[in-house]
Amino acid sequence: MKKIVLLAAVAAMSMNLPAFGGSHGDGPVKAGFVYVGPIGDGGWTYEHHQGLLAVEEHFGDKVETVYQESVPEGADAERAMTQMALQGADIIFTTSFGYMDPTISVAAKFPDVKFEHATGYKRADNVSTYSARFYEGRAVQGHIAGKMTKTNKIGYIASYPIPEVIRGINSAYIHARKANPDVEMSVIWVYTWFDPPKEADAAKALIDNGVDVVLQHTDSTAPQAAAAEAGVISFGQASDMSEYAPLPRVSSIIDNWAPYYIARVQAVMDGTWESVDTWDGIGPGMVEIGEITDAVPADVKAEAEALRDAIGSGEYHPFTGPLNKQDGSPWLAEGETADDGTLVGMNFYVEGIAGEIPN
Amino acid sequence: MDLGSINPVLLIAALLLASTPILLAAMGELVVEKSGVLNLGVEGMMIVGAVAGFIVAVESGSPALGILAAAAAAALLALLFGVLTQVLLSNQVATGLGLTLFGLGISSLMGQGYVGIRPPTSPRLELPVLSDLPIAGPVLFSQHALVYLSLALVAGVWWFLRSTRSGLILRAVGESHEAAHALGYSVLGTRLAAIVFGGALAGLGGACLSLVIVPQWTEGMTAGRGWIALAIVVFGSWRAWRVLLGAYLFGGVSVLQLNLQAAGIAIPVELLSMSPYLITILVLVIISSDKRRAQANAPSSLGRTFHASG
Repeated sequence: MKKIVLLAAVAAMSMNLPAFGGSHGDGPVKAGFVYVGPIGDGGWTYEHHQGLLAVEEHFGDKVETVYQESVPEGADAERAMTQMALQGADIIFTTSFGYMDPTISVAAKFPDVKFEHATGYKRADNVSTYSARFYEGRAVQGHIAGKMTKTNKIGYIASYPIPEVIRGINSAYIHARKANPDVEMSVIWVYTWFDPPKEADAAKALIDNGVDVVLQHTDSTAPQAAAAEAGVISFGQASDMSEYAPLPRVSSIIDNWAPYYIARVQAVMDGTWESVDTWDGIGPGMVEIGEITDAVPADVKAEAEALRDAIGSGEYHPFTGPLNKQDGSPWLAEGETADDGTLVGMNFYVEGIAGEIPN
Repeated sequence: MDLGSINPVLLIAALLLASTPILLAAMGELVVEKSGVLNLGVEGMMIVGAVAGFIVAVESGSPALGILAAAAAAALLALLFGVLTQVLLSNQVATGLGLTLFGLGISSLMGQGYVGIRPPTSPRLELPVLSDLPIAGPVLFSQHALVYLSLALVAGVWWFLRSTRSGLILRAVGESHEAAHALGYSVLGTRLAAIVFGGALAGLGGACLSLVIVPQWTEGMTAGRGWIALAIVVFGSWRAWRVLLGAYLFGGVSVLQLNLQAAGIAIPVELLSMSPYLITILVLVIISSDKRRAQANAPSSLGRTFHASG
């Protein structure tokens, strides 16, 4: 019993908001944000919070925001969302893949509240999904990685075996291979989005095995610190991580959620909100490539920027054939590009990557 | 089995370091529990140590000062727990959980201005000749000072509990506080001292994370290691050397499985990922499988409140 009371008290404390009770109709629009890590992770959650701050700045008094950090994916997430809905949130952004089922289930109980789930694929009348085409940025990183590696071994710290992560691995590998046919890639699955010591240990394990370029798909800056110590190259993930520039961080993928969040809150205000599926990349500015530092030779930098611009303008698609699946079976013919349906559910490696995707 | 690109020397050097934070925290908690107190605030004390050590190391430029500050800050937090539970007689479980939450909160507040800063590097111990030895050099003679300190502490705690008079008193307090009190020993003083010692060690563990292993400050960076330390104390049946074994197994298998993945060894990743938990629990449960002896080793007064006039 004590434990339950304590948990309830903790939940109430960590909500950091003063008022209870709904405010539908007039009054400010209330936007809630559920975060998977702490704001101070310097990566994924940090950028979502930048989006929240942009919403506050854009709308001023017309909007009220609430957020909760470090919400575990699972039953706890439902509790956090339910609480936000009960407290009168009009729109709730749930910002991690693992919130998919909780979001759908809570949304069914609150038909008047709009939900926005990041990186998932399940929608409902009051649930939109949104994601960014991070794999476009991965193509640019892969190119730089292939050019910069001296040991011809690059490493990838992967979180969970979900399509978003697998797309990134494939895209990075394809473009590293194009830039350097001798390149090999090691993938480590850490089964966490946020665990700095484990991320650091994974980076060290890669480096100890001869890797000299580390890519990460986890949320903290710990791999950057490990790369700095070992004198190898890394890329900022989700956020610019510019504090690690010019070395080890030679470039980065920045998730820019602010325009999307502002547009969706605006839609709630105008009463024009509809359930949609948004998947934007470099072109619309949802994915940005952080400054490529001078540690990268000028010609490689120019090639990387040209690749970025070609992807941004739609001239080039990172998944363009000929491409085979890992088992050698053909996937895309010469000049054919991947359709979004396949990409959304991607569950296979492309040819050349060693190892298996865990189930 | 072909271990591919894994270099065993680097691997062993890495796993000694990776195990150290958990070992330090677990050694502290062992002493606390032996005195009959259950402090569930290990996670909170670790992270406060991590942030305090980081801040002082950055501001002073000295990693050694940072490590001292980490121990001091976490000991202070532990003292708060001690006063609440031993003097004001609050519930140990609730207070310990509260301490963890409080520690996580205050550490992120303290660390606000320190995200993304690089700490001064803490040099490894380089001994002129010994560090250059082919295999023993990197493994034994060029580790970070905290690794040696943690090993010395294991030996020290073992010897203290087993062979000293004060260790005997501490165990007596943990077994039966009424009897110890009746014999004239200070239950309150012994327990407060144990709690502060446990806090200091948890703080050292935190500093090992933020100054040596990662090295940077990130909110929530202990990511559950305090809880692992607590579990290892129980599974190690409150014996110093078993706790050492447990911590090294857990840290070692964690690093080993990452290395196996990096080297592309064909073992399913799902198995590798759960292996640290599985192997640690399995080994410790088997060596502690004599139920009667294991129970005899558990402090009888663990978690019970003591009030002198009661």
